[in-house]
Amino acid sequence: MSERRIRVLVAKPGLDGHDRGAKTVASVLRDHGMEVIYTGLHKTPAMIAEIALQEDVDVVGLSILSGAHMELFPRVRKELVERGMDQVLMIGGGIIPQDDMQTLESDGFAKLFGPGTNTGVIAEYIQTEVTKRWAASEAKA
Amino acid sequence: MASSASNSLSTRLLAGERLALSRMISWAENSNSRFPEALEAIWSQVGRATRTGVTGPPGAGKSTLVNELCALIREEERTVGILAVDPSSPLSGGALLGDRIRMEDRTADAGVFIRSMASRGSHGGMARSAVDAMDVMDAFGMHDVLVETVGVGQAEYDVVAAADTVLVVLCPGAGDGVQAMKSGLLELADVIAINKCDLPGADRLTSDMTEAVHLRTAGRDLWAPPVVQCSAGKREGVDDVLAAIKTHREHLKEQLDSHRRRKRIQQVRQVVGERMEEALWEEGDLTEQVEALLRTGTTPYATASNVTQSLLQTARVNQAKGIQA
Repeated sequence: MSERRIRVLVAKPGLDGHDRGAKTVASVLRDHGMEVIYTGLHKTPAMIAEIALQEDVDVVGLSILSGAHMELFPRVRKELVERGMDQVLMIGGGIIPQDDMQTLESDGFAKLFGPGTNTGVIAEYIQTEVTKRWAASEAKA
Repeated sequence: MASSASNSLSTRLLAGERLALSRMISWAENSNSRFPEALEAIWSQVGRATRTGVTGPPGAGKSTLVNELCALIREEERTVGILAVDPSSPLSGGALLGDRIRMEDRTADAGVFIRSMASRGSHGGMARSAVDAMDVMDAFGMHDVLVETVGVGQAEYDVVAAADTVLVVLCPGAGDGVQAMKSGLLELADVIAINKCDLPGADRLTSDMTEAVHLRTAGRDLWAPPVVQCSAGKREGVDDVLAAIKTHREHLKEQLDSHRRRKRIQQVRQVVGERMEEALWEEGDLTEQVEALLRTGTTPYATASNVTQSLLQTARVNQAKGIQA
């Protein structure tokens, strides 16, 4: 009976005017059958979290090329948790050094994808993780 | 367990929790089995919001106009729920939902809630989900609910037709007035906005539309949709559009309840249809019967007549039995 589809928010936090990557990923996820909401450029962490809440997404994907990821990513996460959206799968991508990736991945981010990642890999990752989470929450209910 | 989940979600929604509002809309669009019970729990609060459907061809400026209408309504201290419906890809079933990019200045406003919904291509299913989502926003306490969808296809019509007032947005340069007439948008319209009115061709389109409205309604006891020029991008004339919507609402006043009930009948009819179909074909008997008939060489139509007749007969016999008992 249920006709659930994976809903993803693709967001651009902060002052970063480049969104070809975000749009590419958004299109690829759409082609993998997901419902993708794209925020447009220059969003604050609070705006991103608020959109995630209103859209009840399963995944928040942040794209950043400005270098401010260590500042902005944790703030998005904090805003999401404050709104009760702590179950959301948080991922990110862009120009992020390896060390920072590891730090973020140990701090609430499920996975970060660097340049050159095959887009199909991102889609598969999301499908696997969200399916797991749905099964877990069904079991709880 | 399911019952306590739906109870607590509806309780949280009625207490004004936005996450609960969001989640219940998801239940509606996923046809979650807990939704009907949750709706029941909030039903007493449904019916207070005014509902406006906004439709028109792609690129007419619907989202921009909805954004500006929302700003004006907020000035009246009224809260707004917006439902933006976009098509799903028929190939992958996925969707890119971008309407809210043109509504971004509303994100920080706690009196506004915007939800994007993909059409998911199912026959009539989308219209039902959209009506359910409007009901949920209504129960949450939004004073005005706006639903926006591209004006193509039956399912999209059904969505806006469920509103109290239908606003059709057109703009010059997207085909002449005849295009709008043949697409059937005009029969649906309660208000017609000619957006991008600063572009060449706007006056021509306006007079074409005014004439088309006149042809349809003159001498008949029909509401004549006002044709209003605006430029949502320049924030001009949007107040006139809102005024026209209010005039239509005023016109509906006495008939609003019967107007809404007619739309509810449609909704119930659709759900009954879906459930009947499910129930009928669930157990393989009917399929076997059809197959047997087809094997004797009957045409699909003759087969269907045969099956329908026997189903109706069974229903009548059961009804008679019920009366006797």
